[in-house]
Amino acid sequence: MKPKTTESHLVLSSSPHTHAKSSVSRIMLDVIIALLPTTAMGIWFFGMSAVWTIAVCVSTCIVTEALCRMAMKRESTIGDLSAVLTGLLLALNLPAGLPLWMAVAGSVFAIAIAKQVFGGLGMNPFNPALAARAFMLISFTGPMTTWLKPICRCKCDAAPDVLTMATPLATMKRLFGHDATASATPHFQQAIDSLPSTWDMLVGNMPGCIGEVSAIALAIGAAYLLWRKVITWHIPVSFIATVYVYSLIAGGAPAYMQVLTGGVMIGACFMATDYVTSPITAKGKLIFGFGCGLLCMLIRQFGGYPEGCSFAILIMNAICPLINRWTQPKPFGAK
Amino acid sequence: MKTVKSPFKFKGGVHPDYNKELARESAIERMATPAELVVSMSQHLGAPAKCIVKAGDFVRRGQLIGEKNGFISVCVRASADGQVKAVEKRLGPAGGMADAVILDTTAALPEDLPPVEPLKPLDWKNATREELLKRVEEAGICGMGGAGFPSAVKLNPPPGKRCEYLILNGAECEPYLTADFRVMLERADRIRTGVEIMRKILGMPAVRIAIEANKPEAIAAMEKAFADIEGNVEIVVLPVLYPQGSEKHQIYATVGRVVPEPPALPIDVGCVVENVGTVAAIADAVEKGEPLLERVTTVSGDAVANPKNVLAPSGTKYSDLLAFCGGTKEDAAKVISGGTMMGFAVSSLDIGTTKTTSGLLFLTRKKVFQYSSQACINCGRCLRACPMNLNPAEISKAVESDDIKTAEDAHVMTCIECGACSFGCPAYRTITQYCRRAKNSIRARMAAERAAAQAAKAANP
Amino acid sequence: MTVAIVCIAGIGLVAAIALALADKYLAVREDPRIGMVTAVLPGANCGGCGFAGCDGYARALVAGTAPNGACAAGGDACAQACAKILGVEAAATEKRVALVKCCGTRSEAIRVGDYNGICDCNVAAATAGGDKGCRYGCLGYGACANVCPKNAISIHDGLAKVDKRLCIGCGKCVKACPKHLIELVPASATIHVLCNNPDKGPSVRKVCGVGCMGCHMCERLSGGKEAGHFKFDGFLAKVNYSNPPEDAAIVAKCPAKCMIEDPHFESGH
Ligand code: SF4
Ligand code: SF4
Repeated sequence: MKPKTTESHLVLSSSPHTHAKSSVSRIMLDVIIALLPTTAMGIWFFGMSAVWTIAVCVSTCIVTEALCRMAMKRESTIGDLSAVLTGLLLALNLPAGLPLWMAVAGSVFAIAIAKQVFGGLGMNPFNPALAARAFMLISFTGPMTTWLKPICRCKCDAAPDVLTMATPLATMKRLFGHDATASATPHFQQAIDSLPSTWDMLVGNMPGCIGEVSAIALAIGAAYLLWRKVITWHIPVSFIATVYVYSLIAGGAPAYMQVLTGGVMIGACFMATDYVTSPITAKGKLIFGFGCGLLCMLIRQFGGYPEGCSFAILIMNAICPLINRWTQPKPFGAK
Repeated sequence: MKTVKSPFKFKGGVHPDYNKELARESAIERMATPAELVVSMSQHLGAPAKCIVKAGDFVRRGQLIGEKNGFISVCVRASADGQVKAVEKRLGPAGGMADAVILDTTAALPEDLPPVEPLKPLDWKNATREELLKRVEEAGICGMGGAGFPSAVKLNPPPGKRCEYLILNGAECEPYLTADFRVMLERADRIRTGVEIMRKILGMPAVRIAIEANKPEAIAAMEKAFADIEGNVEIVVLPVLYPQGSEKHQIYATVGRVVPEPPALPIDVGCVVENVGTVAAIADAVEKGEPLLERVTTVSGDAVANPKNVLAPSGTKYSDLLAFCGGTKEDAAKVISGGTMMGFAVSSLDIGTTKTTSGLLFLTRKKVFQYSSQACINCGRCLRACPMNLNPAEISKAVESDDIKTAEDAHVMTCIECGACSFGCPAYRTITQYCRRAKNSIRARMAAERAAAQAAKAANP
Repeated sequence: MTVAIVCIAGIGLVAAIALALADKYLAVREDPRIGMVTAVLPGANCGGCGFAGCDGYARALVAGTAPNGACAAGGDACAQACAKILGVEAAATEKRVALVKCCGTRSEAIRVGDYNGICDCNVAAATAGGDKGCRYGCLGYGACANVCPKNAISIHDGLAKVDKRLCIGCGKCVKACPKHLIELVPASATIHVLCNNPDKGPSVRKVCGVGCMGCHMCERLSGGKEAGHFKFDGFLAKVNYSNPPEDAAIVAKCPAKCMIEDPHFESGH
């Protein structure tokens, strides 16, 4: 029955009575917008197979989210766009040409296991897209490390566009410890020459995951997020700086190449900056970014996989609550 | 006397929509005494006054009707002639119930009613400090900015503490409100006199007049009024940032001192902060013998036909104030006593104004946001907005799961309930309300502990 | 394989010996009565006695620092049993249960606003005094239900209801309610006045269809003032529980319809 009320039925709530009109869905939308350039570049280089992967991941995530909420008898959370974002991020972290059923499995894992089991957005300890990627890397190691050669768009020689090849990371792994400046051994020179040119690395004309190849597009997206104040500079800067400095010290391939290849750019700007799984204070963010960079490089140099970015971020996700505890802000006026 | 830019910027703060243009240009208008007044005994911070009249009594304007009841308390005087209809518990704006005197101002006073002794004008230049302090107390003056701290207590620092800076709060950082702004424009000379009186009471401290940069007219008016004053007086222009009007942040912005965590008070760092309206009231009380019986209230909001700055007797019902401003032109969906950041939503227009009612806002459905809060997404906006540098996200999560202890460890008692955190939260969490809830239950627990300790002492001395 | 089995068995043996020794030499000797008292306490750990759980109360009882009979949940029987163990006299106590003194449901009591915020009565009450027109009535945001250790309170139609069978009378809800309208009453009493508003009839009527108007009808019908079944606080009738009315016929005569015979809601847990 409708409650009885007086004529002047006023809204009663606690102060403040005004709001900045920010919302979770707006933030998610901003991140999606920021991912558009790199999505476009991925499609440009990898063609229709990239389109399919993205479409399948996004739609599977949305459907899984809806089903999970229904099963848990909670209100639907499709509107906050976080499922769309998870799907997109996951797709951008997959190689093009991956069998689509694997993409479906990964998306279901991301939403159902990595997110909703913990209570949904805000409660998940790990970045859902990365957790799913790690799960897929372990389950489908072969397909997940088979890289499509980008469609040759610029200097169009006759190369067929379905060739697969190794990512530059695999090459670079072998170079660790060599002195780059001496560059005496012909062996070393040969390896360096086999790497893509700097320009190719910047625009993304190299093998890799759909969304991680184009550094320029990712940088544009990151700039947009910074401008919209969706993210702060702390994590991307400390992450990338750590990677850079580490590779300067460790030697091998030029340091900027370590930054431009693999998942460092997308990881530092989009994955590590995920709110829920990164520390809340500025100091904590710096520590977090440093940890991600360090772990990533350690895995690259010594680990079993050529790329360690996802695992590095996941490990840091796990200790994020600890970092939060260490870096509580000091109240104004507290001793 | 000189004008300087604020040299210190505090961390955090937000920029709400100010909406001050609605009432900014309208000069203060005096409202005729309404037929009925609801004069609350709890118009200030601290113990409510003790009511000393009963139904049927006739009272004269200025007559004492509520006695100061304890150290942190303020007396209440009748704000108009009339007959007491009833003394009953009435709902206050903050949701508490307090004794209120319902005054019928249309009743004719009997011929033989003895006149009340008015407060005599004092020549403050020759009056002693004690006389001045007593006058402030008798006139029933408390801070008119919002909290309502008794001015006589503030102006009388405990032994061993000295006031080095008297800071005038003219920031008025709350959206919509323009009452202080108009007082600075129209009553600049009263403020000047008030400052000189307060300086005398406090032993000639340096004076800082803090005004936000978006009020150039007020700055000009103050510059003119204080042009020839002697001593260390400065006008400090503050950047426009909410909550610039908070006592602690104003002290930091003007003199760079940091007030330690509660229970420390501004006087612990040698500062006394008083709202400009209060300063003018002190001048009136001393020079003219006029107790604090009326104040300027900004009636504004997009539902009000003619937003105004109204000078009305305390106890004027909200409905009368609204009628004086032409009623509503659209249906109001929310009525707020105070500003939109820290004011109280009220459920009834039968509440009377108090000495601290700085504004009364009527907002239409368009301006009212109704939310359903979601889980915190850890975005850190609240943390960056909090002027006290707390971790509101953690506090709100802890209180949500009834973990008051964690909230206490996260310094929730330092929270000034400014609302900056909730303002920017994309998950629409009512963080400030969580803070308030934690503070209330901690206070209740402390009170219970104190009572228990006292009982134990009484049992075995 | 053999090595593994031997190893595991060896570890198990060493651990077993260590445990046995620890039990013998490191055991804490405790007053056996503590265990006995704990056994007769209800084991609800409600905290109503003011100690940390039943065990805490048992220790305090045995140590003599707590009065017998402080356990409302266990009631008289429990106090007697404790007294027997401790060898002291037990004062007779009566089982008490919580009563929510309001019957202003959503359809009867007027709401003056649309409360939007944390779902907790204490917080709602601090926001413009709550959204109910009646300043004394139950807000129905469940502060009492949240603290009840037995889940005996549930919210129905904007009103808290106590299940008499589950309530152990610990009194936690009484403390939690910002409107102070929950009272512990004898479980045997069946006639109650479900209102907490001491205002005059007309102002009560304005905000609630079932508020007590202080008409004294109940008092008159139950034998007048001298009979002493009712007490009045302002314009609010209160049952005198030390001398409760017996004639259930008066219930139907209450013009305000706020008197109820055995209102204890049975939620069918
Ligand atoms: S309300 Fe409290 S916690 Fe929130 S921003 Fe203000 S001081 Fe910080
Ligand atoms: S602003 Fe809201 S969502 Fe963001 S961290 Fe604070 S409480 Fe969480």
